[in-house]
Amino acid sequence: MKLFKNLLGSVKPHFEKGGKLEKLYPAYDAFETFLFVPDHTTHKGAHVRDAIDLKRTMFMVIIALVPCLLFGMWNVGYQYHLAIGETATLVENFVFGFWKFLPLIIVSYVVGLAVEFAFAIYRGHSVNEGYLVTGLLIPLTMPIDVPLWMLAISVIFAVVIGKEVFGGTGMNILNPALTARAFLFFAYPIYMSGDKVWVYNAMVDGHSGSTILGELAASTNWQSLSWNPFDMMTGIIPGSVGETSFIAIMIGAVILIASGIGSWRIILSTFVGGFVMATLFNMWGANELMSTPAEIHLIIGSFAFGAVFMATDPVTGSQTNKGKYIYGFLIGVFAILIRVFNPAYPEGMMLAILLMNIFAPLVDHYVIQGNIKRRLKRANA
Amino acid sequence: MSKDIRLKKGLNINLKGEADKVYASIPQSDLFSLKPTDFHGLTPKLTVKAGDKVKAGSCLFFDKYNDRVRFSSPVSGEVTDIVRGAKRRILEVKLKADAETKYESFSTLDAGASREQIIEGLLESGVWPFIRQKPFDIIANPIDTPKAIFISTFNTAPLAPDNDFVLHGLDSEFQTGVNFLKKLTDGVVHLNVDGNTNPSKVFTSCKGVQINKVSGMHPAGNVGVQIHHIDPINKGDVVWYLYPQDVLTIARLFSEGKYDVSRIVALTGPQVEKPRYYRTIAGATIKNLLDENTLIGDNNRFISGDVLTGEKIEKDGNIGFYDSQVTVIEEGNKQEFLGWIAPNLDKFSLSKSYFSWLTPSKKYSLNTNYNGEGRAYVVTGQYEKVLPMDIYPMQLIKACLIDDIDSMEQLGIYEISPEDVALCEFICTSKMEVQSIIRKGLDLIKKECS
Repeated sequence: MKLFKNLLGSVKPHFEKGGKLEKLYPAYDAFETFLFVPDHTTHKGAHVRDAIDLKRTMFMVIIALVPCLLFGMWNVGYQYHLAIGETATLVENFVFGFWKFLPLIIVSYVVGLAVEFAFAIYRGHSVNEGYLVTGLLIPLTMPIDVPLWMLAISVIFAVVIGKEVFGGTGMNILNPALTARAFLFFAYPIYMSGDKVWVYNAMVDGHSGSTILGELAASTNWQSLSWNPFDMMTGIIPGSVGETSFIAIMIGAVILIASGIGSWRIILSTFVGGFVMATLFNMWGANELMSTPAEIHLIIGSFAFGAVFMATDPVTGSQTNKGKYIYGFLIGVFAILIRVFNPAYPEGMMLAILLMNIFAPLVDHYVIQGNIKRRLKRANA
Repeated sequence: MSKDIRLKKGLNINLKGEADKVYASIPQSDLFSLKPTDFHGLTPKLTVKAGDKVKAGSCLFFDKYNDRVRFSSPVSGEVTDIVRGAKRRILEVKLKADAETKYESFSTLDAGASREQIIEGLLESGVWPFIRQKPFDIIANPIDTPKAIFISTFNTAPLAPDNDFVLHGLDSEFQTGVNFLKKLTDGVVHLNVDGNTNPSKVFTSCKGVQINKVSGMHPAGNVGVQIHHIDPINKGDVVWYLYPQDVLTIARLFSEGKYDVSRIVALTGPQVEKPRYYRTIAGATIKNLLDENTLIGDNNRFISGDVLTGEKIEKDGNIGFYDSQVTVIEEGNKQEFLGWIAPNLDKFSLSKSYFSWLTPSKKYSLNTNYNGEGRAYVVTGQYEKVLPMDIYPMQLIKACLIDDIDSMEQLGIYEISPEDVALCEFICTSKMEVQSIIRKGLDLIKKECS
């Protein structure tokens, strides 16, 4: 600790006003405040402050993502070994997945943070912590086989177009992590909607790497799938690295809700919305996706991951409590709707959340208008 | 129609250092000051200069734009210094007290006095500034007629003094004060008592008022929150409010003809070894209080008032005009290695990201560290957890930030005061200075509407 303090102290003069590297102060500041909670004290208003800050908040989300991350790594190895017909131990599967997934994480953070730092230095403000979470969410929603250069481009697109053009963390309209995924989906569709990318090396080896949703869209009855509901719950299925295990996601949800970081209103109402819509489709039952039971819909694809980690992004979601119910419910409804009717790609969560990101301010607007009307009525009474 | 209001939202900050319910006697202070800065928006005009002799109740300065509103010396003695700040702004009028207090004599009034006589008496003596108004949280304008008068008999702020203890046995004096106040409004005098406990009979047996029970966590004791639930303020409404010890000052003025601002002050806070109550006089230096006590450490902050809304003062500074509490907490001017990532069982937070939520009754000694840095708004829904009003705080604060007067009015700026959002400021992840933002908004509205 003393070592860090001395080190920081010795280089600090270069970054301060008048120093050689004055312009790079935000970068220095980011490192210093990462290591040490600064000694700033209150000077007006409340003399004491809550112990929480944005770093802690983001850190809690990362902790909530750890179960998905660990399970995802194991599953990468498991699916690969399954595809090539080899048996491997738990550790072997995990180690295999770890080494395949690590480059994705590194590329995501290095590229994303580089852009963030560049913007912070350019604008002369401190580096916001938002990317700590985005940087992990992006690789978790990617296929394991995604080329690193493709990942890098989508990260740059997400940070620049999804966030920085709006003014940076807190000002963005669209969820940056989903912007990255959407970019990849539209720019390199084969990598996101194709059958062959969800299991490592499937494209080369010629294995079938299709996902449950892919098979359902291709008119396979859900009961004749090669995966049973238990596999779907635990997540022993092909898919994006972090999205397959419903159980791991739910552990994350519990951490987010218990720590008060994620909105339980959004999570709950998203599941309710999805369940209601899927139940309605069950009654109609015109194709295999429609007749898949509602509860199965909620545990496959990226529905749960989106509901817990993407829809709850407080910046791009609804900000009023009532609005959060409406916002979440509509995400659930649209996710199933798009899933069932989109002929190109049987996954609706990403598009449903991005769509509702756009409508979140409108939802809030009407909720607030309700409050204003109530207030006016009171005055006239 | 008494009301029973139960508030579910809010937050009690469990600080160490609650005052023991004992009075400690101390030699009376001889250094006093009256600070124009205690009265928001006041432009003072001095009537004394350094060296002048004054009595308790002599006018020291008055409001430049409303010269009937006067501010009196709390003691008799000599004006020692006029402290000025930037642009010659008057910060403090310092006084050295005589050994024995000589009082200006004001006319006494009985229960039959008219509204005009009462107002004139309050203005002339300098007691008037104790009557404040909502909206804007400023000294009431004597030409207004308020739709109601509110007295909050309890304070839920951290370590706040217990009025049941402070006013114990003063039933008739309190009733006398209330009787005069009743004349000032055509509406009701609301006496709001603590629904969490058994309030003192000083309050429950008070006559001629509407007694409302309010229960819940802080800010349930804030008069602004009580007004919102009992008789909300719409555009154009004016409500007056004051606190129990101020009512006693009014009673003493009219029954004895004296400007007597003696009051009971609680010395509190985690850095105070023996937190307790003291009899003193408004504006006295805190030096005497501290001489009687041992402080823990020497890196402390002294606050006149509570930790959420109080004013920072020096070690030999003076108690503010409206304050009946002095708090001492540690300065947090030190860095903490990886403080944001460590489990930190001894950190207090509304969020459950620190494990302190497992011990809800534990008391903390918080310091003045920001615990982070200012950031853009990223987290939503926090303010709503601690503001027990039907108001959207974040949207209102954003409206204030961009000076959008229409939205501020629509979203309820008239009902809110900086103290009501002090908890929002405390819990804010983005470390916004919510109280000053709201104050700036109120100032703008006041300027535009007058």
